[in-house]
Amino acid sequence: MPAEITGGNGAARHSISLYVANKPGVLIRIALVFSRRGYNIDSLVVSETEDPGFSRMNIVATGDRATLEQIIKQLNKLVDVIHARDYSYEDVIQKELALFKIDCAPERRAEALQVMEAFKAKTIDLSERTLAVEVTGSSEKLDALETMLRSFHIREMVRTGKVLMARGEAAT
Amino acid sequence: MAVQEKTGAEALVDIMIEEGVEYIFGLPGGSAIPLFDALVGRNIKLVLTRHEQGAVHMADGYARATGKTGVALVTSGPGATNTVTGLFTALMDSIPLVVVTGQMPAWTLGLDAFQEADVSGITYPCVKHSYLVKDVDDIPRIMREAFFLASSGRPGPVLIDMPKNVSGARISPKADTMQLPGYSVPKAAQDAEVARAATLLAAAKRPLLLVGHGAAISGAATEVRALAETLQAPVVNTLLGKGVLPETHELNLGMLGMHGTAYANKAIIDCDLIMSIGSRWDDRIVSKYDEFCVNAVKIHIDIDAAEINKVVKVDLGIVGDAKTVLRQLLPRLVKGDTADWVRQTKRWRRDFPLKFQKEGKLRAQQVIQELYRLTGGKAIVTTDVGQHQMWAAQFILSESGRDWISSGGAGTMGFGLPSAIGAQLGRPGETVVAIVGDGGFQMTLSELATLFNLKIPVKILVINNHYLGMVRQWQNLFYDNRYSGVDLEGNPDFVKLAGAYGIKGFRISRSADVRRVLKAALDHPGPALIDAEVEQHDNVFPMIPAGAAHKDMLLGPPRRVLEKPTGGT
Repeated sequence: MPAEITGGNGAARHSISLYVANKPGVLIRIALVFSRRGYNIDSLVVSETEDPGFSRMNIVATGDRATLEQIIKQLNKLVDVIHARDYSYEDVIQKELALFKIDCAPERRAEALQVMEAFKAKTIDLSERTLAVEVTGSSEKLDALETMLRSFHIREMVRTGKVLMARGEAAT
Repeated sequence: MAVQEKTGAEALVDIMIEEGVEYIFGLPGGSAIPLFDALVGRNIKLVLTRHEQGAVHMADGYARATGKTGVALVTSGPGATNTVTGLFTALMDSIPLVVVTGQMPAWTLGLDAFQEADVSGITYPCVKHSYLVKDVDDIPRIMREAFFLASSGRPGPVLIDMPKNVSGARISPKADTMQLPGYSVPKAAQDAEVARAATLLAAAKRPLLLVGHGAAISGAATEVRALAETLQAPVVNTLLGKGVLPETHELNLGMLGMHGTAYANKAIIDCDLIMSIGSRWDDRIVSKYDEFCVNAVKIHIDIDAAEINKVVKVDLGIVGDAKTVLRQLLPRLVKGDTADWVRQTKRWRRDFPLKFQKEGKLRAQQVIQELYRLTGGKAIVTTDVGQHQMWAAQFILSESGRDWISSGGAGTMGFGLPSAIGAQLGRPGETVVAIVGDGGFQMTLSELATLFNLKIPVKILVINNHYLGMVRQWQNLFYDNRYSGVDLEGNPDFVKLAGAYGIKGFRISRSADVRRVLKAALDHPGPALIDAEVEQHDNVFPMIPAGAAHKDMLLGPPRRVLEKPTGGT
């Protein structure tokens, strides 16, 4: 899957997966590699893995490809990083979860539910004036739902950040 | 009844001894008392410094001079923060150090206890790796890992932050097996890469070898010489690659870059192939990235994969240890037909030699050149940073990569004296001279007391122009001679100052006295300081203004006011 082009100077959104030692300080060492180059991290997910000694991190960051390649090399240089890899240009399983709380008076509920139906989103909370929505899928799908929900006024949005996994027999 | 187990601090010292540590440079404080206590009566020499920066630079100089890992030990809070410049200096120049910082007890971390600082947080960007030790039983493993990480692959400083309750706790016997699944050390290159390099080298008419610090660290002197001689390829070296191929070798054109020799820089412009052996294409040598060797094939051998294509895009990158890769490459080489090219570089050497004005006031270059002659190129030379450093790089021809000790990447003033002390301890019996500026010297001169206590014969040559000379040079050349913050009015009398520390002082103020006074100082059996009162307004040439192309090199004072440089400092 090609990286999403977001800027004119070759800047693209990159999805990076890291397998790291589960130790204090690992996150800051990784964050410093990005911040030293003036790179913003768009999303960051840290989670346990099948092995308690290690964690997996999924980072989405925007930048030109050459700089990102350099950043990946610098991440791999960190002693606590087992491996770091850019999956932006590969077909991998990618998912993200988002919660939206929108303004939704009773007369617009049917319309809201219709939008959610199209995105296979679930109602998880309902009040007189609000509706909370849970949706899972690719980050692009979540972006599209966000656009649709804007007409209801989004009171709050929270996203988990992208997680990814290699397909088939391949290890991530 | 079991014998009482040792403390964490004692275990730490045990491993240091096993790792071959001879000297620990340091300064104690409350949090480090258990660590210093564990040194009493042990077969390891403690050098008490006057400042923690000095301790780290001494460990650094020791490491550079010997190739072994340098060790420093300091206390928490300000003791630890004072090491930051030393750590940064070592990281930039890939120097193996283990720096242990005492820390307040673990339960006080983050609670603003007395002398409690987030040392890990402060030092992350300045270390190869670091540890905050929480469990006394981890000490043996962490110490093994620290020494291995510091000295293997691309070397660098490793910091161990050791809370007082951990260093003082009793240890239960535990394995010290390293656990470094994310760390690997490249050694050999792939055959295909080596074959490609050989093909490219064979096709080159005007090949040039760029030798950097990586070649020195790898101990590749023999291989570099064999490569240069087989190919008949001229060699240029970086500031820290000085002496890997002796600078007196006929194929060595000396240092390239901003203040390199004209002939080295002319070779950069005209070569059709350049192969870097452990140099990271620093901006001091490349200057203008998009005009650097544009028509030359570029090959880069580096042990650090992150250096390949970092700033200069290369045609062939080979990740591996310089010595190993060159050994793979040598049997595949054919003697090149480079006679015209070598003749050309010799013409440049003849037509554009390093020179300086000999009339008028005493010239720094004359003092340094005379020092070189008197020591026969056999001295270990350390420097501070600035004009004197560049003149020393130009006029001291190094014979070995471990005889030239200078802060390259970081450009740390105050490095010269402490690193000379470390170098002399590592190589007793050899002549060690710290060439320092009057500015840098005053940043760490408190280590004169350390020097006096050690009774080692380090010589300090102060190139005293009463200015922060390199900044003054820039203000003179590029800022319309508007001096700002460069006049070191109020300098002490350095000869008297040395005397106050019990160190013999000499002064040179006339060119006629240079040889005699230098000789007397070198012959003095103990430490000595030579205050060389030199011309105040001399500038270092050749000079490639920062960010300019090599073809725009200035061979001497320009006739017009120059544009402000586009590159960094």
